[in-house]
Amino acid sequence: MLTFVIRRLLLAIPTLLLISLVIFLLVDLAPGSPMSEIPRTVPPEVRERMMQAMGANEPVVVRYLLWLRQFFLVEPAYVIDSLMGTNLAGGAQRVLSWQSRMPVFDIIAQRLPQTLTVIGSAYLVGVLIALPIGIYSAYRQYSWFDQLGTFVTMVGSSVPTFFTGVLLIIVFSVNLGWFPSIYDTTLEVTDWASFKMQIMQMALPVTMLALHNATEISRYMRSSMLENLGQDYVRTARAKGMSERVVVLKHVLRNSLIPVVTVIALGIPTIFGGAIIAEQVFKVNGLGTALIGAINASDLPTVQTLTFIFAVLIVFFNLVADILYGILDPRIRYD
Amino acid sequence: MPDGAQAVLDVRGLETVFCTRGAEIHAVNKVSFHLKPGELLGVVGESGSGKSVTMMSLIGLLPSPPAEVRSGEVLLGGKDILKLSPTELRHVRGARVGFVFQDPMTSLNPVFTVGDQIMEPLRSHMRMSKAEARRRAAELLTLVGIPDADKRLKNYPHQFSGGMRQRVMIAMALACDPEVLIADEPTTALDVTIQAQIIELVKELRQKLGMAIVWITHDLGVVAGIADRVMVMYGGQVVEQAPVKELFGNPRHPYTRALLKAVPALSGERAGRLQVIEGQPPMLGSAPTSCPFRSRCTHAFDRCGKENPARRALDDKPLDHGHDVACHWNPEPADA
Repeated sequence: MLTFVIRRLLLAIPTLLLISLVIFLLVDLAPGSPMSEIPRTVPPEVRERMMQAMGANEPVVVRYLLWLRQFFLVEPAYVIDSLMGTNLAGGAQRVLSWQSRMPVFDIIAQRLPQTLTVIGSAYLVGVLIALPIGIYSAYRQYSWFDQLGTFVTMVGSSVPTFFTGVLLIIVFSVNLGWFPSIYDTTLEVTDWASFKMQIMQMALPVTMLALHNATEISRYMRSSMLENLGQDYVRTARAKGMSERVVVLKHVLRNSLIPVVTVIALGIPTIFGGAIIAEQVFKVNGLGTALIGAINASDLPTVQTLTFIFAVLIVFFNLVADILYGILDPRIRYD
Repeated sequence: MPDGAQAVLDVRGLETVFCTRGAEIHAVNKVSFHLKPGELLGVVGESGSGKSVTMMSLIGLLPSPPAEVRSGEVLLGGKDILKLSPTELRHVRGARVGFVFQDPMTSLNPVFTVGDQIMEPLRSHMRMSKAEARRRAAELLTLVGIPDADKRLKNYPHQFSGGMRQRVMIAMALACDPEVLIADEPTTALDVTIQAQIIELVKELRQKLGMAIVWITHDLGVVAGIADRVMVMYGGQVVEQAPVKELFGNPRHPYTRALLKAVPALSGERAGRLQVIEGQPPMLGSAPTSCPFRSRCTHAFDRCGKENPARRALDDKPLDHGHDVACHWNPEPADA
């Protein structure tokens, strides 16, 4: 297992380098200039000097290599410096946003908590409601519960989140006025009242995303359970006189979880990247909003860095999924 | 009861129906049989004749719905187990009646160790502690001829060969010292040398432990080798029942005769093409009112289409204890 993990991690290096290059070139090819938001009254010479100051007019190869150096050497050095109090970085140039002239990693550090609390808890809630629904639907296949569940999941996974999000806002914020429609990032939880406020403002975005995640995962859970419920070993367990609870929640569930756990693990990176729409709808000031803002302003370093981090997460959780697969299924051995 | 021994298992008039949308399948029709202590009853018949369904329905192993046991009694040690509550019946399964299934490759749960799976019924039915159950599981593995039992308990099913897995299945079925072992085609999925080993093992275990066995099979050769009595099933009913020597020496039902003719001879001249029974087994859409074998029978006459033959004794012993047959046709001694 250890050799497998090491091998996979080593293999990830060329993969990620290639991904970073592709992202860099794609972002570079995209139309738009970092100067597009600068007023037209600014004379061309000044624009030229601004471009120079940001290094935006260097050849693409130079910019790419510089970015690589900053991302893989300078930024880790700054992290170590701030943790250990050393001075490895020595004031070297960090990855700076063209938009705000602020280090991109500082932007990430500011935005990440919002994304994790809203989108992360939505994913968690989604998984927690999806599993029991999937299990029960499969166990009582074609019961009214299953029929209803299948219908709701079908609707839930075919209706896009920007639609359900707006629908939730119209019903619960505009008409009923129960929950705020805008997520207030400045709210700090200090006492009971502000905690209640935080829960209230999380309610709608979490509901929307949790529903979306739950529908997909419960479908996987249901079909995996159904497949396993028909297996011979289930009959064996019943013939041994095991109770239905043991048969379903031990024998069948353990087998059914194998594919589902990998689906859940592979879905975790989407918490960071895929929630762009949710953050837009509810004005959550998270990573997704930061990415959209950067794209609009042709802020290449920010777009490049954020996208690359999403890629790293995807590669990492792929590995996690593989490792979990090996742990859950004794037939799979990586050596 | 003749022969002095009280039957461990006595099934009377068992009737099982599958109710699917708009249709009923009468899979088991008034099946009666008994099993004496230590006896091995062979149950033969082609696929769909109701062998497995009979055995599974008497112990509540069929999913309900669609399966429904309409009538009958299943007396285990004198008590009707069909009247038990689901929980009580559950403690009969695995404890007093052990089951071994056909395909050992898929019958074991792939994600639990063999030890866990053998210990499960011990912990649940006998309330053993973990340590006790582990000791007993190791004993059982040794009993079924798996060497190095302590180490093997920690292995997963995929680390065993097919024959070894079937041994594990047998160990699991025997865990709680059942009075009855039901073996549903336990050797069909194994290759011939392994088949022979498993048959030898069952013979040996039967002598050691003295449980009664129901052995379901397609293979008449196997039945001839190990059974004390044979029950032939067709279309969800018992068509002939006799002690093994009597059945092979003096088969009376046309279906039994056809089955025996369909067995290829290993020695002597090759007798041309393999003998087959023409036609298909019947669709059991309703309770039979005529002989189910009628359409494939070479001896069928008017009465066979009007009346489903009841089992009748061919000797002076009571029904189900000597030789009996469910057929209207009476072969002349010259025919037999």
